[in-house]
Formats: sequence, structure tokens, C-alpha cells
Amino acid sequence: MQDRMIARAKELLADGTVDRVMGWKKGEFLYDATPAVFYSAEELDAGFVMNAFTAANVSKYLIKETKKEGKILAFLKPCDSFSFRQLMNEHRVDRDKVYIVGIPSWGKADMEKIRQKGITGITSIEEREGDFVVNTILRETHVIKKYDVYLEKCKNCKSKEIVVYDELLDGENGAAVTNSRFDEVAKLEAMTPDERFAFWQNELSRCIRCNACRNVCPACTCEKCVFDNPKSGLENKAAATSFEENMFHIIRAFHVAGRCTDCGECSRVCPQHIPLHLLNRKFIKDMNELYGDFQAGEAEQQRHPVTSYRTDDAEPGVIYTRGGTGK
Amino acid sequence: MKRIALTSLDALLARIAETQALYVPVDAKGGARFEQWEAGKVLSDATNTARSAKDFFFPQTESLYDVKMTGKKLEIVDTREDGEDFVIFGARACDVRSFSILDSVFLADPVDTYYKSRRDRATVVSLACTKPEETCFCQAFGIDAAAPEGDVAAWKEEGYLYLKAQSEKGERLLEALSDLLEDADEKAVETQQMRTRWFLSALPLGKVSFEGMKQTDLMDHFKNEKWKSLSEACIGCGTCTFVCPTCQCYDVREFDDGKKVRKFRCWDSCMYSDFTLMAHGNSRNSQLERFRQRFMHKLVYHPNNHDGEFGCVGCGRCLQKCPIGMNIVKVEKALEAPHEE
Repeated sequence: MQDRMIARAKELLADGTVDRVMGWKKGEFLYDATPAVFYSAEELDAGFVMNAFTAANVSKYLIKETKKEGKILAFLKPCDSFSFRQLMNEHRVDRDKVYIVGIPSWGKADMEKIRQKGITGITSIEEREGDFVVNTILRETHVIKKYDVYLEKCKNCKSKEIVVYDELLDGENGAAVTNSRFDEVAKLEAMTPDERFAFWQNELSRCIRCNACRNVCPACTCEKCVFDNPKSGLENKAAATSFEENMFHIIRAFHVAGRCTDCGECSRVCPQHIPLHLLNRKFIKDMNELYGDFQAGEAEQQRHPVTSYRTDDAEPGVIYTRGGTGK
Repeated sequence: MKRIALTSLDALLARIAETQALYVPVDAKGGARFEQWEAGKVLSDATNTARSAKDFFFPQTESLYDVKMTGKKLEIVDTREDGEDFVIFGARACDVRSFSILDSVFLADPVDTYYKSRRDRATVVSLACTKPEETCFCQAFGIDAAAPEGDVAAWKEEGYLYLKAQSEKGERLLEALSDLLEDADEKAVETQQMRTRWFLSALPLGKVSFEGMKQTDLMDHFKNEKWKSLSEACIGCGTCTFVCPTCQCYDVREFDDGKKVRKFRCWDSCMYSDFTLMAHGNSRNSQLERFRQRFMHKLVYHPNNHDGEFGCVGCGRCLQKCPIGMNIVKVEKALEAPHEE
């Protein structure tokens, strides 16, 4: 697929459709590609990469890129396209300045999960159909099923559909996928309040307030976050109390509720492996159950359940009467 | 050199824990981390902990003092916790070197007494690496993962833990454990050492060197056009700075709970837009400038001010954790590559 992407990018550069290309640039290893902008065929040949580890969602970069002159080519995976469409709905990107080629994605791998198998001293990783072949300095060869080391967001992929595009690399689109992404949320809902509190205390106690979850989040696009603004009275670089530690993540989850497409970037980047996506999925599950199925970024110009009012809206008391177990 | 059978490791740890707080790396959700040892806790085999060991001396948050108001009277309360002596057991060579880099900052005049108090109370038992990661490049900074620094150095080999005192503190610790230890020959760990050194040299980053950085003038590095493309994808989070064993910047802030004001310090990151905002405003308005600052500090300013010692120990945490896969090795390679003036 990488070769076809490079070939198509060169064509679009050559015929003047775009003047630059948003993609992923080759790193030191197979798994450390960096999102990058390419300006020429030579740059594409030298560094453009697409493999099982190019998971970074590039949609957020297009806010900055579409403020510049010219038109940029963006290759969007299905989940990236949901984020981009949501950014369009919020008027954060200029659609006319992006030429979108939708690309399929069968899932992206998590290097940490390969490490967790106890493999160290890796000299090379090769992709072979559904497997990774990992060679080590100890002359060991490990064959790992790609699916076993997929990122959480890919194991629970919600859709293979590309919801906004100018053309599709494969000529055909995917569709929504049945998934079990709310199973973990249901488990948390089934806990007693004390158990649930203990679960989150334990998870959030590992937070180092690096803000990676917020900064990578395509729904977090405030010019100045309250937590960075000394004039807000809320600014804090570290939690002074465990209450503050919890509040950062809870406030963030509330702020993106209805706008979060469940792209899973927050959990992918957390250096402390906090399952932040579960907070967002709780909101999504609640919205689905209280107001009917809703997927942020799926359609154009949609109002989400939290910002729209209908006379038949569920009363807030419903949440309590159902005992936190769903319907 | 002394040794003890690994089957008796618990007895050794229990003995240390009788008189001092003992911290060892244990496997946990989110990666290995240092925890206070108690019976039943097992020493992790992980190459390194997810967070660095700098937390022992430079914790993420630390109370400095409280200001209490009674009527119209202000009272300043010293909240310093001069706790008990403690032992860090199983720190790796990279993290142990980071302590001396932190020392060069915190113990320089004027001495940071909060930091010094912790340093004075600690005995560091390092553990030699046997299974380096592909992200390891400590050898680029003259660190020997097979012969780590520390008050005591330790090696796990063939069913035994070998221990060698390397300072007065280390000798005191081994002396207190002497009835559990037997004499051993240093030759016992030589094969392991050779193997580890060879692994490190043969891994993908085995030939990485930063020495070339010193051949170029500070301002030439500063003005290098590569900073633009290097920093372009940076999301401005603090992951690299917070997992880094040598990043040492902090902010001093207040927490007002209505009854008292607690003055505390916490880690800060030069990647943040509100870094150094308290004094005169952040002098670095773009992410390019912030990104450049972090790497210039580690690779140019720190060696310029500290006899050529870089502010990096090659632990590889930033290589593993950066959300966008940018890191200090990529920066070094880009800066060393030929560029237009």
C-alpha cells in the first residue's frame, strides 16, 4: 500500500492538485514513524512510510495546515476521517484546502505489547501477511500474530468506513464493524461505587500530567486550555491533591463528550497506560442509551445529543433510577 | 566481590528492609516501577522502569512550606519530611548516571537542601543489564551497563547475585549483610559483561555518537534550519521531559485550601506554553523554539557548562514513549547531517 500511496501522491503533486503531502516519515525503527509534511517526489521516496505501526491520527495537524496557503494531500484512515469530519463540523479545518485520499486500515500494532511479551534486544521487525517476524540480538526469531498486539483502538474498531474523502485509494469504502467496545464500560458500571472509585483512583494515580492525551486529542482544539491558562484559576502542572488528579481527566472527558469520535489516541499515547478511552466510551454509551445511537463525526453538521434539546429527551433522573446499569 | 544465592534473595532484601526503607522495581500495570519492598514482592526482570529513578531525589511534586494565617498573624511552617534512610535496589546504569547529572545542578551553589537531604539518605544498589533494549544507547555517553556506578553494583549470574561495594556507603551496607554473603571472584561476571557490551554495540543504536555535536559552534546549532522540520509534528506535551531521568526543570506554585497556603514545587516542561511564565512571560512563543530548547539544553548547553557531559544517559524512554515518535537520536542525526548555512 505504501508504494501505491507514494505513486498517487506524486501524481497529485505533479498535476498541481496539491502542493504538499501529509503523511508519516520513516524513523530509526519500524515503529517510530513521525507525522510529517512532504513537499516533493524526492522527499516522498526518501522518507514516506505506511506500515502496521503508523497509527498516529493526522487529522488534528490539518487545523494548522489548512491555515496555510495552498492545498495539502492527506491520507486518512477510517478513524482519522471521523476526526476530520468532526473538525469540519466544528469549523476548525478548511475542507477546501485538503485533498483527502481515504485509505483502508486493518489495524495498527502497539510496540509496547510486543515488549510485554518479554522480547528484548530487537534487531529487526518485518511484516509478513498477518504476522510480525521479530529478530533479536540473541538470534531468536519470534513470530507474533499482528492481531494479538493491535492497539486497543484497533481491537475494538468501530468502523472501516471513510466518512469524508475526495477519492479512495482502493476505490471502495468499508462499513461499520460490530465490536465489543462497550464491554469494559459495562464491567465498570456493574461495580459498586466504591469499587469503581478504587479502580479509577488506581488508574489515575499513575498520571504524570504530561498532557499527551489532551494534546493529541483531535477534539481538544482550544487555543488556550484552561489548565494552561494562569488567568483561569485552574492552571496546574501537577495535581496538588488526588481530587485535582481526578478532575483533570473528568473535566476533559466532559468537555469532549458528544464530540469525541472514539479514535483512541488518548490511550495510545498515555505513557502510563491509563485506559482513558473508557471515560469517553462511558459518555458515548450513556448518550446512545439515553438519546439514541449517536456517532460523532459520522455525518455533516450534526448537533450532538449534549448540545441539542428535544421535548422527549430523557430526564436526568433516569440515570439514577436505572441504577447505573444501562436501560 | 561478594555473592549470595538468588534463592536467598528474599532473606537479603528482608535484612535490608529491617533497618531502612527498601525500594525495588516490580512489575505492575503500566510497566515496571519502584515500590517499597515487603515480603512477597518480586524483583522485576524488566530492562528498565517506566518512570525513571529520579523521582527518589526529585519527586514530581514536593511540599516546600505552608503559610498559615491565624487572625492577622502569618506563620511559616516547614513541611520538609526528613524521613528515614533508604536503599534503591536494582537501578540501572543509565539511571544511576542520571543522579550525578542531577547532582551537578541541584548540589551546585546554592545547594538545593531538599534534594541534598534525599541524596544523603540514599544508598544506591545498581544492577547490571543483561538484556538491553533496541532503544538503549547508554554507551554513547561512556556508561557501562555491564559495570554500573552506584554505592554497590550487582550482577545476576548463574543462580547468584554478585555484589561489589563501590563507596563507603556501599561498604557499610555490605558489612551489615556480611553474615549472609560469601566471598566471590570477579571473574564470575566477566563473561556476562562481555556479552552485554557486545549486545549494546551490535544493537541498532550501538554506533550512535553525540561527540560530533561538540565540533559545531553553539550558534550554528541554534540557527540550524532542521529545527523546523524536526519540531513540526511535536504536540507540545511533556512526555519526553517527564519520563527523562535528567530533565530537572520545576515550577514553584501555591495551593490554597482556604485555611493555609501550601508552597510546593512540581516538574515543569520546556515543551509547555506556560513554561517560565511566572517571571517575564515565556520567551519561547513557538513550539519550534520550545523543542529546540530541550535538545539544545541536553546536547549543547549542558556539556558547555559541565565539562563536556551531555544531559542525556541513553535510557531510551523518550524513544519508547513519544506520542509522535520523535526523539533525541533523530535530532542528533539530523543536526549532524550536512545542512545549508
